[in-house]
Amino acid sequence: MELVEAIVLAVLAASTPLLIAATGELVVERSGVLNLGVEGMMIVGAACGFAGAWLTGSILIGALFGIVAGTLMSLVFALMALGLAVNQVATGLALTILGVGLSGLIGAGFVGERITPAVHLFIPVLTDIPLIGRVLFGEDGFVYVSITLIIAVWWFLYRTRAGLILRACGDNHVSAHALGYPVLRIRTFAVMFGGACAGLAGAYLPLAYTPFFIPGMTAGRGWIALALVVFSSWRPGRLVVGAYLFGAVTILQLHAQGWGVGIPSQFMSALPYLATVIVLVLLSRARTGGSTAPAALGTVFVPDR
Amino acid sequence: MQAHQRMLDPTPDGQHSGKSPLLRTIGLTKRYADFLANDCIDIEIWPREIHALLGENGAGKSTLVKAIYGLIQPSAGEIHWQGERIVLSGPSEARSRGIGMVFQHFSLFDNLTVAENVALGLDGKESFKDMSARLEQVSKTYGLPLDPRREVWQLSVGERQRIEIVRALMQDPKFLILDEPTAVLTPQEADQLFIVLERLKAEGRAILYISHKLEEVKRLCDTATILRGGRKVATCNPRLETAASLARMMVGGEVKEVKGASGRKTTLPRLAVNDLSLAPAEAHGVRLEHISFELKGGEILGIAGVAGNGQDELFAALSGERLSKDPGTVVIEGIAAGHLSITQRRKLGAAFVPEERLGHGTAPRMRLSENALLTGHAAGGMVHRGFIDTAATLRTVDRATETFDVRKAKRDPEAASLSGGNLQKFIVGREILRNPAVLVVSQPTWGVDAGAAAVIRQALLDLATAGAAVLVTSQDLDELAEIADRIAVMFHGKLSAPLSAREASREKLGLLMGGSSLEPKEVAHAAGA
Repeated sequence: MELVEAIVLAVLAASTPLLIAATGELVVERSGVLNLGVEGMMIVGAACGFAGAWLTGSILIGALFGIVAGTLMSLVFALMALGLAVNQVATGLALTILGVGLSGLIGAGFVGERITPAVHLFIPVLTDIPLIGRVLFGEDGFVYVSITLIIAVWWFLYRTRAGLILRACGDNHVSAHALGYPVLRIRTFAVMFGGACAGLAGAYLPLAYTPFFIPGMTAGRGWIALALVVFSSWRPGRLVVGAYLFGAVTILQLHAQGWGVGIPSQFMSALPYLATVIVLVLLSRARTGGSTAPAALGTVFVPDR
Repeated sequence: MQAHQRMLDPTPDGQHSGKSPLLRTIGLTKRYADFLANDCIDIEIWPREIHALLGENGAGKSTLVKAIYGLIQPSAGEIHWQGERIVLSGPSEARSRGIGMVFQHFSLFDNLTVAENVALGLDGKESFKDMSARLEQVSKTYGLPLDPRREVWQLSVGERQRIEIVRALMQDPKFLILDEPTAVLTPQEADQLFIVLERLKAEGRAILYISHKLEEVKRLCDTATILRGGRKVATCNPRLETAASLARMMVGGEVKEVKGASGRKTTLPRLAVNDLSLAPAEAHGVRLEHISFELKGGEILGIAGVAGNGQDELFAALSGERLSKDPGTVVIEGIAAGHLSITQRRKLGAAFVPEERLGHGTAPRMRLSENALLTGHAAGGMVHRGFIDTAATLRTVDRATETFDVRKAKRDPEAASLSGGNLQKFIVGREILRNPAVLVVSQPTWGVDAGAAAVIRQALLDLATAGAAVLVTSQDLDELAEIADRIAVMFHGKLSAPLSAREASREKLGLLMGGSSLEPKEVAHAAGA
């Protein structure tokens, strides 16, 4: 029993950064922008988040540092890809390369330092309920934020006029412009939201997942978040399922290695990625009727004035 | 709701506005770098008026209406609305003042519902629920039925246009701009639209109506303003003009009449399609179902139909962009070619001109000579042992230029730098100069000015006279009537039996384009209506 609880807790912890980063990217892509720089924004968020927490001793301020850092990174992307209409794929890849270098620079002085990680919720009685108590009422704040965030994004996209306009920009930017909507401004806000989420997801790693910073600690989670958005076919509900599924596979393979299953560890480590590919193939085969990707995704838009 | 009652009131604004026009532009000018899209245009729109805006492509019609709708800022000149000078900050300000617009290329969102699309065109001051209720009411009032819950990609072109019109009407506009509204409609759908427009006029609204179809303008419009090369050339009453005199003002000269050689001889079948069925390649594509026809040498077969009924899919199946499992479905010059590649089909003597000029017909950023090589190499002469014979490619460009009067800035420019009409002349010329046995051409004069269109149609007729089989897909019924010997109609991926050009009246074709079958009764009914 305790093992099951431990596994569920570990799965939630592994899934949370993926969920936060993918939520941000979902909004970005729904507005019609493909920002491949999630990994870069995350790693800078991780470095700045750790720096903030180490300098002030506050996890909350550390998280804010991460958010601001991710947003600033996304503004670089917005300036290039939206302001100057540079190819979005190239800009996103460049942003990741920039982020990896920048985080190494920022974090260089902090390697080997430790902080007190984010505290977990504790409500007397509730948290003590066996099996589900710690899972539901004993998480760190990031977990609750991530779930609130995805619900808020769902509500925004499907229940508000601003969300409708954002989806419209992603479906057909020429039409949105012709109706008088400021496509580039809307996309800039979406990109900034994506950056803030990526920064927060990155900061989660040294603030809650492991209490120290090492260069390259995002280890490809930004790319997985990107794949999750496709996996979810741009729908918030499926994104939650995908993020936890991926987190579960990651944790299970660790445990499987611990149990000494006679499969090479390299293969087990590759399992989550293999699972993503298989699910993507199955999804694309099962797809019928309306297309799911935002039709204007990744295309450059220059308004005619 | 209340706003609507005001316009439906029997004493509308029109009554006391005899003194000043509803909208007036004074010296309106729009300059792009060193190109004058609009040069000092004065235009007056009065209430209770359907005002036609005529001109060839590139004459400046779209620029003018974009400025009136606030989409672009004029470089100079003034816009007066109800006697007062205004500077529009954007379309939402234009809408709030009572200016509505129905776009030529629909400004709709395929993956959103009808109601969501309408909501995006409004200013969001009412709740989504109220808006949906009002949408149903307006669409009922004007006889424009719509299901608010369906997603746009599931709808026909006519239904899509209805969304645009209802969206504009829901703002209760005093002035409505329609940009080529009938270009994509069947003749019957166009008639229904005219009834709605007459009704809007009777309610005291003004309409600015952009069209290429001169007969339509003569029938519907009270005033016509004609633009040419960015300038206003005339304002007249179209009912007092002839289609020919309007065309002369648009073109600034006579338009050559297209002449077919009398008594063209038809020979053996050169292209045959046998029971061709093909699943769609894209999410919103059309499935081709049991298409069969035969095309003899010396014959032109026209394929009519509203866009998006499988014409693109048929073109892809004929050209070899998509292959069929059964080679016998496409037979070129007596050889089963359904499984052959594009190049192999070209070697059999087929040539193809797709609808999209840039990106499909030519590589936009490559020179004309390179583009000539890309489709011509199968026929030989331009490549020797794997090396390009540059002189030969240039000679091809020169021949196409001379024969088809292609106007360009230099001898061998990039494809994208040519105007639509000149590029189309080049593409058609490039294929015709290869002396094809079979030419498959899609929308040959779409977006091409009248002069170039006449040249292209004449070339197709001449090619058939010389013995080739020509298949023309077009949405322009007048074009098909002018050149085709037989006309078939595509609807939902099915092809009707071809009618001879004599028996193919607009009514019959219109019924087929709308998906009706030609039962004798229905034809009689349509003729009587």
